[in-house]
Amino acid sequence: MSNTLDTIALHELVEITSVTASPFASKLTEMGLTKGQYIKALFKAPFGDPIAFECNGNVLSMRKEEARFIEVKTA
Amino acid sequence: MKIALIGNPNTGKSSVFNMLTGLRQQVGNFPGVTVELRQGTIQTTNETHQILDFPGTYSIFPRSNEEAVVQEALCNPADPSHPELILFVADAAQLERNLLFFSQVYDLGIPVILLLNMWDRAMAKSFQIDIDKIHALFPGISVIQTNARVKLGKERILTELAQKNLAPSTTFIGPENLQTKDQDIQQADANLRLEKIRNAKLIAQKKTDQPNFSVKLDQMLTHPIWGYGIFAVMLLLLFQLIFTFAAIPMDFIDEQFVHLSNYASNQLPKGLLTNLISQGLIPGIGGVLVFVPQIAILFFFIALLEETGYLSRVVFIMDRLMRPFGLNGKSVVPLLSSVACAIPGVMSARTIADPKERLITILVAPFMSCSARIPVYTLLISLVIPKTYLFGIFNLQGLVLFGLYALGILFALLTAIILNILLKKEKKGFHIMELPEYKAPRLTNVGITVLEKVRLFVTDAGKIIVAISILLWALATFGPNSREQQLAQLKSSKQYKEASAAKQQELYAAASLSGSYMGHLGKSIEPVIQPLGYDWKIGISLLTSFAAREVFVGSLATIYAVGESGSNERLINKLREEKAPNGQPMFSLATGMSLLIFYVFAMQCMATLAVVKRETNTWKWPLIQLAFMGLIAYLGAFCTFQILS
Repeated sequence: MSNTLDTIALHELVEITSVTASPFASKLTEMGLTKGQYIKALFKAPFGDPIAFECNGNVLSMRKEEARFIEVKTA
Repeated sequence: MKIALIGNPNTGKSSVFNMLTGLRQQVGNFPGVTVELRQGTIQTTNETHQILDFPGTYSIFPRSNEEAVVQEALCNPADPSHPELILFVADAAQLERNLLFFSQVYDLGIPVILLLNMWDRAMAKSFQIDIDKIHALFPGISVIQTNARVKLGKERILTELAQKNLAPSTTFIGPENLQTKDQDIQQADANLRLEKIRNAKLIAQKKTDQPNFSVKLDQMLTHPIWGYGIFAVMLLLLFQLIFTFAAIPMDFIDEQFVHLSNYASNQLPKGLLTNLISQGLIPGIGGVLVFVPQIAILFFFIALLEETGYLSRVVFIMDRLMRPFGLNGKSVVPLLSSVACAIPGVMSARTIADPKERLITILVAPFMSCSARIPVYTLLISLVIPKTYLFGIFNLQGLVLFGLYALGILFALLTAIILNILLKKEKKGFHIMELPEYKAPRLTNVGITVLEKVRLFVTDAGKIIVAISILLWALATFGPNSREQQLAQLKSSKQYKEASAAKQQELYAAASLSGSYMGHLGKSIEPVIQPLGYDWKIGISLLTSFAAREVFVGSLATIYAVGESGSNERLINKLREEKAPNGQPMFSLATGMSLLIFYVFAMQCMATLAVVKRETNTWKWPLIQLAFMGLIAYLGAFCTFQILS
């Protein structure tokens, strides 16, 4: 089942299935977020936004509106 | 040789820069843009090289003005910052992602040395990096493991710099797409590169997924309750440092300059030049240096938080709260710093990458009530607000003071909302941000940051402040010929003759100021400020306090002939006796409140204007700020006076 990254539960390891075209799509690639990579949500800021993710040992924070562009499936 | 230091953010790039240059460095701007350019020199046994520290970016495709500087300098051989050699700093623990940008740099064909920095951390995480495979993937270049924190690798870099054959001997993907503006092509290029790097399998990781110290700490520091609590404690600490700690050196500097000024006027031959030196130049320079302790302490603190990695967590927890105002989490530190002083506040807005959000932060920061307003607030509050208690517990004077601070914050946020609507966005901003691992701060890096900020303030903003001080001095010192007659009249008056020597001096100073050009200016604006409840004496004080808000108190003291060194008590008593032409007390509740409101809003600070000019690289924004804040101040004071009187 496919989902977007902003909706996944904390500490659930998921695999990136696709990155929707957006002005910051290449930025996501540069951060290492590409198809086939594993990612998990580590913790959320108060009010649930932004969210901190870990991918390849690297911790990044992303606003929900940006995480929505990344589709994932349960790994 | 001109060397560029390039790399991703958070790779320890500035540590490498500091390791190579030591204190042989200076900070300026890239020509034409307010992007910070750090320059330094590297000394090898027989050569001196120039090294430029470029802003950290994730790829050659720019997303901000800062990043555009990198692309322009690297891709355009005619650019004044175009390097002959590139030192590329990569985080060894984040190798693949870092090599994406590196592969773009490699394709430019410029000689390059790849530094695998933070080598110790990669080792600690049990990464095994196959250097031979890196050489195979990027033939021709040199690869050096470094750990700038302990100066590991410096000697090897110096040795490699002597080599002349570091040019890439092939291309990785090719330079064709590196200057494209098409986002789809950019993404395809980045994807292709990353895939090729990943397929080369440069890294073998032995162990995986041990619970990480950083992540545990994050759970605490970004906690909905503890996170804000810890941040509040940090801020409290910062304010304590700025208010109590900075006060000691500030008073010291202040005193020394008063001594120096007295010394100059006593020792030098009497005359205009001496007066210029002792009353204009020395206080002007003192007025610049007095800010240094606050700036140094604030940047010491910010640099410490940044070095440890905590600052990005502050941004993380504050982001959602600042968003409705068109700001982001990074605006929090500049705005809160402005409660101490807007000058370091405005300077610290540099950390905000988005130009629009940075500009808004700079423009609204002076609305926060700074410490220079405190003397004005305390004088006026004790003058017009009775010492009573509301509901038996709330001290009314304290409540008014709190209200003034709250009003400043409210207008800062309101103005931010308006600016957010009015200003056009150059590019769609995004807020994908690394949360770097926590690490112990390096005091060398912190110290260098503090030195840089102080030096920038003193050299750049200092010039403007001294110039305006001298202008204000001239206006208060010179007067039309009529003043001589007035002064002669005063000297022959009965009141003057009967007064003590000290009183004579005070009366003379008062007459001298009110007869000066500044005094005439104050009188000529009287019709304009009358609706606010002010007379020309207040007018003069408003004008002189443009140098700095606290000057208002000193000017009132001079005009009312109580002497600048007199205590507040004496001034307050004198002001209470002062009658308006209609026989009512001049400093009524309406006039006092109107003045308080005026000082909450008015941009009465030439030093801040000078810093805003420096930070925005144009007079446009400080002038808009001056006009807008002046307008709000005038309207606010007008309404206050009309309602209360």
